[in-house]
Amino acid sequence: MSRLHITKTPKCYVGGAFIRSESARVAELHDSSGAFFANIPQCTRKDLRNAVEAAAKAGPGWAKRTAFNRGQILYRLAEMMEARGVELAEAIALGGSSKADASREVAASIERVVHYAGWTDKYEQILGSVNPVASAHFNFTVTEPMGIIGIIAPDDAPLLALLSLILPAITSGNSVVAVASTTQPYPSILLGEMLATSDLPGGVVNLLTGQRSEMLPTIATHEHLRALSGAVNAAERQELRLGAAESVKRVRLLKAEEPIDWFAYKMQGVEEIRALIEFKTTWHPIGA
Amino acid sequence: MPAAKAPTSLRRLFDEIGTVDHVGIEERVAKYTTRSIKKKSKVFGLRLAVTMVDLTTLEGKDTPGKVASLCQKALTPHDVGDIPSTAAVCVYPAMVKHAKKHVGGTKVKIASVATAFPSGQAPLKTRLAEVHAAVNDGADEIDMVINRGAFLAGEFGRMQDEIAAVVDACGKATLKVILEVSELETYDNIRAASFLAMRVIRPNDFIKTSTGKTSSNATLGNNQVMLEAIRDHFLTTGVPIAMKPAGGIRTAKQALHFLTAVKETLGDEWLNNRRYRFGASALLNDLVRQLEKERTGTYQAPWNFSDATEGY
Amino acid sequence: MAKKLTQPTRELVFGDLWEFDPAPESADPKLKKRYDLFINGSFVAPHSGKYFSTINPANETKIADIALADTQDVDSACAAAQRAFVSTWGRMPGKERGKYLYRIARLLQDRAREFAVAETMDGGKPIKESRDFDVPMAAAHFFYHAGWADKLEFLAPGRQIAPHGVVGQVIPWNFPLLMLAWKIAPAIAAGNCVVLKPAETTSITALKFGEICQEAGLPNGVVNIVSGAGETGAAVINHPLTTKVAFTGSTDVGKIIMRSLAGTEKKMTLELGGKAANIVFDDASLDQAVEGIVNGIFFNQGHVCCAGSRLLVQESVAEQVLAKLKRRIAVLRVGDPMDKNTDLGAINSREQLTKITELVKTGVAEGAEMHQSACRLPTKGFYFKPTLFSGVSMSHRIAREEIFGPVLSILTFRTLEEAVEKANNTAFGLSAGVWTDKGSRILKMSTLLKAGVVWANTYNKFDPASPFGGYKESGFGREGGKQGLLDYLKLI
Repeated sequence: MSRLHITKTPKCYVGGAFIRSESARVAELHDSSGAFFANIPQCTRKDLRNAVEAAAKAGPGWAKRTAFNRGQILYRLAEMMEARGVELAEAIALGGSSKADASREVAASIERVVHYAGWTDKYEQILGSVNPVASAHFNFTVTEPMGIIGIIAPDDAPLLALLSLILPAITSGNSVVAVASTTQPYPSILLGEMLATSDLPGGVVNLLTGQRSEMLPTIATHEHLRALSGAVNAAERQELRLGAAESVKRVRLLKAEEPIDWFAYKMQGVEEIRALIEFKTTWHPIGA
Repeated sequence: MPAAKAPTSLRRLFDEIGTVDHVGIEERVAKYTTRSIKKKSKVFGLRLAVTMVDLTTLEGKDTPGKVASLCQKALTPHDVGDIPSTAAVCVYPAMVKHAKKHVGGTKVKIASVATAFPSGQAPLKTRLAEVHAAVNDGADEIDMVINRGAFLAGEFGRMQDEIAAVVDACGKATLKVILEVSELETYDNIRAASFLAMRVIRPNDFIKTSTGKTSSNATLGNNQVMLEAIRDHFLTTGVPIAMKPAGGIRTAKQALHFLTAVKETLGDEWLNNRRYRFGASALLNDLVRQLEKERTGTYQAPWNFSDATEGY
Repeated sequence: MAKKLTQPTRELVFGDLWEFDPAPESADPKLKKRYDLFINGSFVAPHSGKYFSTINPANETKIADIALADTQDVDSACAAAQRAFVSTWGRMPGKERGKYLYRIARLLQDRAREFAVAETMDGGKPIKESRDFDVPMAAAHFFYHAGWADKLEFLAPGRQIAPHGVVGQVIPWNFPLLMLAWKIAPAIAAGNCVVLKPAETTSITALKFGEICQEAGLPNGVVNIVSGAGETGAAVINHPLTTKVAFTGSTDVGKIIMRSLAGTEKKMTLELGGKAANIVFDDASLDQAVEGIVNGIFFNQGHVCCAGSRLLVQESVAEQVLAKLKRRIAVLRVGDPMDKNTDLGAINSREQLTKITELVKTGVAEGAEMHQSACRLPTKGFYFKPTLFSGVSMSHRIAREEIFGPVLSILTFRTLEEAVEKANNTAFGLSAGVWTDKGSRILKMSTLLKAGVVWANTYNKFDPASPFGGYKESGFGREGGKQGLLDYLKLI
């Protein structure tokens, strides 16, 4: 007689802990054949609020880590993902991707993590500067993380797109509250487990599942979020930007209604990091 | 031999008196040079500057004759235009008695550089003897140099004791303490030395920038540092100290910039020759020349002014 | 640390023993009675035929009539810019574009005094500042960006870049020509064409700049200047042809712009308000700190978005700093902006004067102690005395709202942490000042302060090579330096 296997209860990774939605709501997730797979937490604006609190708590410490340390931790994430690559591919395939496509997405995702692990101690040298001002002052520009970034992942490429949005944010020391794919949330559940074992401090990345439309208004207007990054449709872009206006949030949104090649080389790199940092310029007299 | 007193640390002194930011001072004084002083205010400033000049000759080749003509110039800087006399003549101790013949009993004071000017590198006894001699010969004012070596070595007690000894030797003569700012190098040091000196001299004694014998002399920058030191000392103790920039001030325009600094830093009570002097020689003729231009409306040729020392 | 010099026992006399005679600047600003719009390389009458008056805030006399651009005028300006972008400017090699910027810079230098006088007449700022700061700095911005025009590929290594096309720009009245230079120089160096709207009260130097463009032989339509009020600005911002928008002004208007563009894909840079903290530690060189505080709040009558309007002084030196400040403002010369000795000129408009006056009243009503210098103000024109408030707490309106006038609120702190907390306790984050003798503390403070520009042992310094711009509700994007220039390009 075969052993009855233990099913997993999917939980969201928030503040370094695995949570169910405070609303206790779940939605059934089915595999590509239509069979019941699991109940996915349906997070609400209150979960979002809690996630922002967690991100706020973790952010300053993460930003203070040395660039070298952030790189080590991101690389550790790649190690965790590599070890569970098959499981990740299966999670992606739940949404209907072929096995080959799912594996390709996992590989690209891991490559992307490694790519950003290498950027942590380099982007500053590309983006920052010492500025030759015409007076007796030493003047330099450094980058700083913006703070808490709200991320809204598209429905497709549920692992690669989510990571492509999260990674440039945390590379520079931001903390993140991300809303995963509404239709394909399960890879984000696994990603949470890998983040939890990657030495990334709890609260730096917070992953929420559920209906994007329910959380969007709060993401748009929550003043503690300093920037919004994501791939959404035209109506959602307008909603997010209108909300962002109230506290002058930085907004960087891709068009989800047009095809996005998340595998493309230009979907990663220092310019992605640049979009989610602030420049700070310091002046000091040169005298004796 | 042990030092006169254990040195106090400069750091502790700065904790009390505060430091100076070099670039900030330069920016402050640059604003004085943009003041536009016209018409009556210009004439007032130029005349005021004339009355503040310590007309100076400090050369190995000085003779009684040279000093006589200097004194004449100090008393009557120009034959027309009702130009006031200068504050003083400033000469070597050996020349005091000659100066006395010409300006004794007039408004023009006799100042003399004593204390092994300009280096100060003579035994204290010798330096004090020189002060006594100058005073006995009739000097109204003594310009001494501080012991820069002691200051830079951190022997502040010794530096102050020597100044105090000169104060005693001066008797009724006014003392001007030359910091020789070029050898102190930093604005911080200038501020520190100003305070050390001010604490052992008397009300209306002077602190002075330079001997005029080194590479750099009075600038708006070091003048400002010293004016601010005087201000802070005055506001803390009530003791007014006078100020004398010396060397390097050659044009009327420069003098007006320095006076603007006095006006805006120490105010009206320092805009007189008891509280502010210029140690200069060429300056006087430029002041007179500009005053004549204001009086006549015509730019003046240098040869109309006696004892023009500069080859214009 | 030992307590520094104790309370004064005497006071200095800053009287009128040596009063300066008036020293008016006499250069000819070469003004016209009427200014038309600068569209497609020519000065054209507004489509509506409407003009508005611009006055000299120093004496409330009318200077000239300024064309009022309506949506149709903005439309022709945008169309001209688009044509220029497609036909000439967008395809011109960078090194050729750069030469035009060099020409503009030189022409501005040639006519520097004329522009300075015009700027002072129209805006009320002291001639000393327009002559020594605004105009030379405007020319410097064109020089700096001229050299970038053929080196743009170094801005985003590994990426392809391209200009946006037509850029819509709206600028404020506090630095009319300089803000124009901050906007236009990087925009056109990057290959964009611009439609710029100057502030309603200060259009003259912008329209005179049109003359410079003509003299430089700049291709028609590369720069278009449309004068008018808020509606004209909105038309520029919302015009379908402007794919990139740059705005400097209040946070309220910045938010309106963000809302109005929410449904579009336009790129934006916003440089908005500020309420900068200027933090003085007890080990600072106090006189230079005082000078920096004065420069921080009284520069341009305090009409500066990055003005150091909240002074945070460490308790042990607070009394001393206040005493020094009072002494310093006693010798500030307030009055006719055209006088070369004037330190504080006229408030830009009656409206602004009213706003300052009202906020100052709330300061008094809320219990802060007010100190003003004893200067005499001219009877005509808009003036406000340099004003200090001591005993201010973080909940006072004067500590939270941008006054945009010569009014300094003084608060105290005991520890570094408290200073940082107070400094960052605002929705703004444009700039901050730190004064201390300790090097490592400067770097720590610079790291902790949430502001785009940190002036350490100095204040209100600007340079074309130095990026400027804010955190939080002070806006986003930078102006100046390579960081600012990249905001005028898109990554492909």
